Amino acid sequence: MSDEKKPNRRDFIFTATAAVGAVGAGAAAWPLIDQMNPDASVKALASTEVDVSSLQPGQSVTVLWRGKPVFIKRRTENEINEARNVNISDLKHPEKDEDRAKKPEWLVMLGVCTHLGCVPLGDKGEYGGWFCPCHGSHYDTSGRIRKGPAPTNLEIPKYEFVNSNTIKIG
Amino acid sequence: MSDHNYTPSSKFGKWFNDRLPLLTLANHLTDYPTPKNLNYWWTFGGILTFCLITQIITGLVLAMHYIAHADLAFSSVEHIMRDVNYGWLIRYIHANGASMFFLAVYIHIFRSLFYGSYKAPREIIWILGIMIYLLMMAAAFMGYVLPWGQMSFWGATVITNLFSAIPLVGESITTWLWGGYSVDNPTLTRFFTLHYLIPFLILGLVVLHIWALHVPGNNNPVGIDIQKPSKDTVPFHPYIVIKDLFALLLFMIVFAFFVFYSPNILGHADNYIEANPLVTPAHIVPEWYLLPFYAILRSIPDKLLGVVAMLSAIFILAALPWLDTSKVRSAVFRPLYKQFYWILVIDVLILGYVGAMPAEGLYLLIARVATAYYFLHFLLILPILGKIEKTTPLPLSITSPVLGGSADLAMAKNTDVRKEKL
Repeated sequence: MSDEKKPNRRDFIFTATAAVGAVGAGAAAWPLIDQMNPDASVKALASTEVDVSSLQPGQSVTVLWRGKPVFIKRRTENEINEARNVNISDLKHPEKDEDRAKKPEWLVMLGVCTHLGCVPLGDKGEYGGWFCPCHGSHYDTSGRIRKGPAPTNLEIPKYEFVNSNTIKIG
Repeated sequence: MSDHNYTPSSKFGKWFNDRLPLLTLANHLTDYPTPKNLNYWWTFGGILTFCLITQIITGLVLAMHYIAHADLAFSSVEHIMRDVNYGWLIRYIHANGASMFFLAVYIHIFRSLFYGSYKAPREIIWILGIMIYLLMMAAAFMGYVLPWGQMSFWGATVITNLFSAIPLVGESITTWLWGGYSVDNPTLTRFFTLHYLIPFLILGLVVLHIWALHVPGNNNPVGIDIQKPSKDTVPFHPYIVIKDLFALLLFMIVFAFFVFYSPNILGHADNYIEANPLVTPAHIVPEWYLLPFYAILRSIPDKLLGVVAMLSAIFILAALPWLDTSKVRSAVFRPLYKQFYWILVIDVLILGYVGAMPAEGLYLLIARVATAYYFLHFLLILPILGKIEKTTPLPLSITSPVLGGSADLAMAKNTDVRKEKL
């Protein structure tokens, strides 16, 4: 051992070698990690079209999109009023109903509880919307979280009305 | 220990042992000095080894018939149950074997807690044990997903969603774990792979666990170090081997009762319904051995904090050797700790019970109190207790209380013996 504490040429070589080795190991590991992400065939199933002409007010349909249930609900006047007359500042995750439903009558959202991913039950719970049986989250008629452990409102997927009878999700 | 100078008697044995000292190892394992006062709570190490080997053998056989695909998994399990020769038996042994494994590990852990086996110099043994326990939970969870029933699917959904509680990267991690946007075929195949791998990781850790045990040797019911190996210990073989085998026999009676008389009592009827991503079962409950942690998760009304609390409840165990400040190992000599020990046992049982109940009303309140107490025990009671508790006198050796009755008497006797020697 030399008395000098200053890094010498050999220290530099050690550090440089270790650094190159670490980058190389990381680069080699990435494909092994990334292979677990959604593959091309999963990503290809990105959109679904749903014919909603048969739904009466108050009825809803659940469709599968990307392996997840999507609730499409044709809301009644009462439900729309209930959703719109809420004081926004009372909400755990403040969102206006107007921002959640493109057409007031139609509510399209993921049927996946934002707590731990169960499917909430319709027309249940203390707020007349949805109730998740797993850990007791209550959602209102706009799918907003009102009570229970879920942190956010039910998610709104990307959707559009292809025509008045068809909704395209994704 | 004395086995370093072991020489095999046969010429071939000596030739072989010089090149690979397997016979030295075998000799060490047979002669391994074991405290002679070990009680039946110490037989669960052997029982757990049996459980692991049973799971690996039955698992290998099941993997020959099981098909890891979302469309075929459910019917392949029914195929095992109905068509494969003795398939029902092998699957029931494997499924109930998981429960038996956890039953044994909980007894093993609580034995450690009572007799202070986690304390110096056995901290590494303890931490390796906690790592094994964590891997056991991962293996059990993934194994439960494989039949692809309703509980499999929704259990997998709930548990993988725990990761989505992580700020910022949670969603990406969950998607990465799933290999898609929900639990689906990619999830099933990777769970099968990992379920197959983990038992072998556990096996490796078990080897380290036993290796680390053989450095200081076993703790024992009075929790003091061995004074005189010739007096205080017996060789592992035949004494402990026979005792372990007898305990194993009793354990296997319980095991066989479940396998042959109530093979589904520990499971859920919902898991005989094929997975359906559109319908969540009305009441999702994990397997019984995860219930206390599930109760902790649900007792906290915030998603992230709930997950943090649940994980802390497990990881806090790893810090136990440093949280318990008492120098005395065995609860036998700790009058206060003994009481808190039993309160903790009851607390965990209560958590398990409320974990199986709906999270509302009184159950939720009980769960919150029990969760608070669980953390209180480890973070506050144990560190303080070690400082203020007045412990009862320890015997001078393992042998003295056996021969001389009370600790005091034994001490008196020991002094007499010493005087005689002088």
